[in-house]
Amino acid sequence: MAVKDYIRKRFFPHIWCPGCGHGTIMVAIIRAIENLGLEKNNIAAISGIGCSARISGYLDFHTLHTLHGRALAFATGVKLNKPELTVIVPMGDGDACAIGGNHFIHAARRNIDVTAIIMNNSIYGMTGGQNSPLTGYGDFATTAPFGNMDQPFDVVKLATGAGASFVARTTTYHVNPMVKILEKAITHKGFSVVEILSQCPTQFGRRNKIPSVVDMLNSYKTDTTPIGSKEKENNPDLIERGIFIQEERPEYCAEYDKVMERASKER
Amino acid sequence: MKKEVVFVQGNEACVRGALYAGLGFFAGYPITPSTEIAELLSRRLPETKGKFIQMEDEISSMCAIVGASLTGKKVMTATSGPGFSLMQEALGFAVMTETPCVVVDVQRGGPSTGLPTSVSQGDVMQARWGTHGDHAVIALTASNSQDVFAITVEAFNLAETFRTPVVLLLDEVVGHTREKLVLPKAGEINVVARLKTSVPEGTDYHPYLPRDDGRLPMSDFGGVHRHNVTGLTHDMWGFPSSKPDIVYGLMHHLADKIETNVNEITRVKEFFVDDAECLLISYGSAARTALHIVKNRRARGEKLGLLELQTLWPFPAKLVRERCSSANHIIVVEMNMGQILGEVKKAVKNPDGVFLANRIDGGFITPSDVLNFIRITQGKGM
Repeated sequence: MAVKDYIRKRFFPHIWCPGCGHGTIMVAIIRAIENLGLEKNNIAAISGIGCSARISGYLDFHTLHTLHGRALAFATGVKLNKPELTVIVPMGDGDACAIGGNHFIHAARRNIDVTAIIMNNSIYGMTGGQNSPLTGYGDFATTAPFGNMDQPFDVVKLATGAGASFVARTTTYHVNPMVKILEKAITHKGFSVVEILSQCPTQFGRRNKIPSVVDMLNSYKTDTTPIGSKEKENNPDLIERGIFIQEERPEYCAEYDKVMERASKER
Repeated sequence: MKKEVVFVQGNEACVRGALYAGLGFFAGYPITPSTEIAELLSRRLPETKGKFIQMEDEISSMCAIVGASLTGKKVMTATSGPGFSLMQEALGFAVMTETPCVVVDVQRGGPSTGLPTSVSQGDVMQARWGTHGDHAVIALTASNSQDVFAITVEAFNLAETFRTPVVLLLDEVVGHTREKLVLPKAGEINVVARLKTSVPEGTDYHPYLPRDDGRLPMSDFGGVHRHNVTGLTHDMWGFPSSKPDIVYGLMHHLADKIETNVNEITRVKEFFVDDAECLLISYGSAARTALHIVKNRRARGEKLGLLELQTLWPFPAKLVRERCSSANHIIVVEMNMGQILGEVKKAVKNPDGVFLANRIDGGFITPSDVLNFIRITQGKGM
């Protein structure tokens, strides 16, 4: 199938600004699903609020556009009752780690078989460029006019500490590896977290002296390195990309099946 | 065949009613005085192939039941005032997306942490206006275990019929009073099934296009129709729209489907109402006190009556006006500062003849609390 077979034309044109990385991610999600041969009827895309969240409406799956930060809580209700559905949750950085931070760590702790895709552009785009929990120290935002005094989360460490059984990071510069990582994340039985660095030229680049999309994309090339590379030893500031965690652990829906079995025996 | 009789708390009657109605999924978070509902369902649901989950908070509990409802399950959560406050955001989402669900609020004293283990009826207005934006809502209540069972089934039925969240406003005394419950047999109380679309695969399904009778057949997530559900204002496909004519139509549909069906949604119990010179209006556990007084005074020949409301929202204003028309005095008996009193005053012809007999200190309202007010209306001193 072609990419256009997975989207809802009725919804277009999309809302994303020229140069935004989110469209690249949407196509990568579609490619991954196509490569895996998944049926559209067997996929649910559940999102919260923000630029990233609009992905769900554009995709021709069962789609649920929910509340800011709450997508994983809705997804938990869907997945537990329809375990046969592949559940994908595209989220923004503020969506996932600020207002949705509690739901994020608890979904990871339960290891429910949902793929959380954190489209990290380090900014609240839709509301006009406020700093998020993933905005770097010293970066500028409309609510950090003198430079951000907050320290950002490291999503990979956060997800790992919370118990996610698949944790990866990639960028919109690395499209082919992104597709491969998404395939593995979607196939993985358990809670999968994929952080994707995604450029926001309009709200982040403009305020942080990198207004060019090309420069932003190039920074993903120069500022990142594969996990465990020599470059990282020489330059500890480099951001590692690749798959950090991929482990088989008890998955929530499967565990619930066991509970039902024990309950029926006790009865 | 002899009926099964059990001796249960109101909270357990609620659980049994929910299972009778076909509850398939419960998500919740512990909070006094509702916790028994979650505890009992954590045992009963896995036994009956249903799903139970304890979430990280009440926000996520409410979100999870809405997600589960979209897969075709009948769903419920249970909480008390503080948790009910946290649920308001997703309750509005259920209103906007027309997702059937039942939200039980076993009321305790507020505001804030207030009186966690004491009774109150202070959430009546929160049930009505807790979530933001203009909207209509259904809220039911009951005063004893037998009625709690039946009204819980009704809550599910109305949620399915009108595709809306239904708030079940219990209170600490109803929830924790242990009393007799005669279990209805299967089929004894009508159970409304989820109305599902008959539109075949490959044909355009419009999730938000009402049928001629106003009802909206649903298609399960994971079924043959892939549709969009959003909290944004939306068109008949469920796609976001901010066109004024679409928004106008949606807003009126959401209000009208409930407000124009007040009669169908109204549940009341009447005790000696017809010739009552002094009519008490009450609901929930406070109605037990009111009923005690009415029976007691009738035995002495005093013409007291009780109108017990089981539907609080939409408020049955027309019925209340009719029942109050021949009484000299109306006394609203409730455990708050007059949340239903205001509605009764709005409804009746003579608002000055409506009085409040209440209690707000965490103590259960007693007959003597109410009798003093009756004496005053009769021109006697306290």
